[in-house]
Amino acid sequence: MVLNQDQKCERIASRIARELRDGYYVNLGIGIPTQVANFVPQGMDVILQSENGMLGIGPYPMDSEVDADLINAGKETVTELKGTCYFSSADSFSMIRGGHIDLTVLGALQVDENGSLANWAIPGKMLKGMGGAMDLVAGAKRVFIAMEHVTRDKAPKIVRTCSLPLTGVEVVDFIVTELAVIEVTPDGLLLKEVAADTTVEYVQSVTEPKLLFPLDGPVPMLV
Amino acid sequence: MDKRIQSSDAGIERIQDGATILMGGFGLCGIPENLIWAIRRKGLRDLTIVSNNAGVDDFGIGILLQNRQVKKMVSTYVGENKLFEKLVFNGELEIELNPQGTFAERLRAGGAGIPAFYTPTGYGTVVAQDKETREYEGRMFVLERAIRGQFAFIKAWKGDRWGNLVYRKTAANFNPMMATAADYVIAEVEELVELGEIDPNQVHTPGIYVDAIFQGSNYEKRIERRTTKRTERP
Repeated sequence: MVLNQDQKCERIASRIARELRDGYYVNLGIGIPTQVANFVPQGMDVILQSENGMLGIGPYPMDSEVDADLINAGKETVTELKGTCYFSSADSFSMIRGGHIDLTVLGALQVDENGSLANWAIPGKMLKGMGGAMDLVAGAKRVFIAMEHVTRDKAPKIVRTCSLPLTGVEVVDFIVTELAVIEVTPDGLLLKEVAADTTVEYVQSVTEPKLLFPLDGPVPMLV
Repeated sequence: MDKRIQSSDAGIERIQDGATILMGGFGLCGIPENLIWAIRRKGLRDLTIVSNNAGVDDFGIGILLQNRQVKKMVSTYVGENKLFEKLVFNGELEIELNPQGTFAERLRAGGAGIPAFYTPTGYGTVVAQDKETREYEGRMFVLERAIRGQFAFIKAWKGDRWGNLVYRKTAANFNPMMATAADYVIAEVEELVELGEIDPNQVHTPGIYVDAIFQGSNYEKRIERRTTKRTERP
């Protein structure tokens, strides 16, 4: 079975959602990471932080509720919850840099063997800026990467050394793709889970650095 | 004491070509719409603008880029503006990109009398190039300088003639820090209210930081990404 784009994103987002715990403060990046919010288990309070100054992001509004003064960091209109609070960008990044965010989920262009991340620039091609990503990887307690395993041209995104401008050095804890869950350890990249519709050999073939295996081998990817 | 002025045009009278202006807002949320239009009307040039984003092609700071009024932008994320990218790649516009938290803290420091500070953000990346670094408790940090502007354009929800300001929801963003970090601070508000109408417990920016205030008009408050419950997920 070949997964389409939506199915890949859904698998990645739902896997990362299994890492959430009641009471977590979480910052989700733009793209696949945003979708993790759709998989928060019923009855669990996970407070989503938005770096533009909000704790407690609610769902998208009804048409009648749309408010230009209420957006998330992706500039999408959102709603508030009972218990939501607002604050300045300086306060927002005090939370982020100061180690108060339990988990952040970000996209990536490249992640390397040591957990260094590149996700904000392609010299000469893409000029966007790093936004809050460098602060998030510097300050969040755990950094998860949610991304497709390879580029559109099928080139590995998990590489020996990032060739693109870095977002942070040795900052990633886990990489979750549609194929695998990989932990960044001091010894290298540990292949912890492999999706049911692929093989260890295939995952290695589309991953540049040599993967390490747990003693009992990787388990099927939880979804 | 009365800091009220008549209009955005009166507010920018003392600004000249080449000025450095801080402008509040995140995306198009909480931007000083009236003051930006006033700059466009006056045709000031060679401006250095310090703002998290650069607007979109035809709104916000985008309208100053269209008119080639900006020499340099100090920002964190400029991905929503195609013209911006073109101007930079053609060498018509200088850009200094900052990590967003560093940007926020540089402004906060600028307003708080702190010339520089160490942050872990950006260590080992291009952001740290040519900057001092130092180890504290086994971790490396980068020395970042404060930012100050000659002028700051602040957008708030409510304000009074003493310059006390209240922001609304996520439209606060960079406005509170920028209000502290410039020599001359102009605030535009949706509602200019009488002294005493703002609950003193609810003031976000104390009037001491504000030099001039006026009630803006014709707020478009454009929405960049209108997502609703019926919107298909990307």
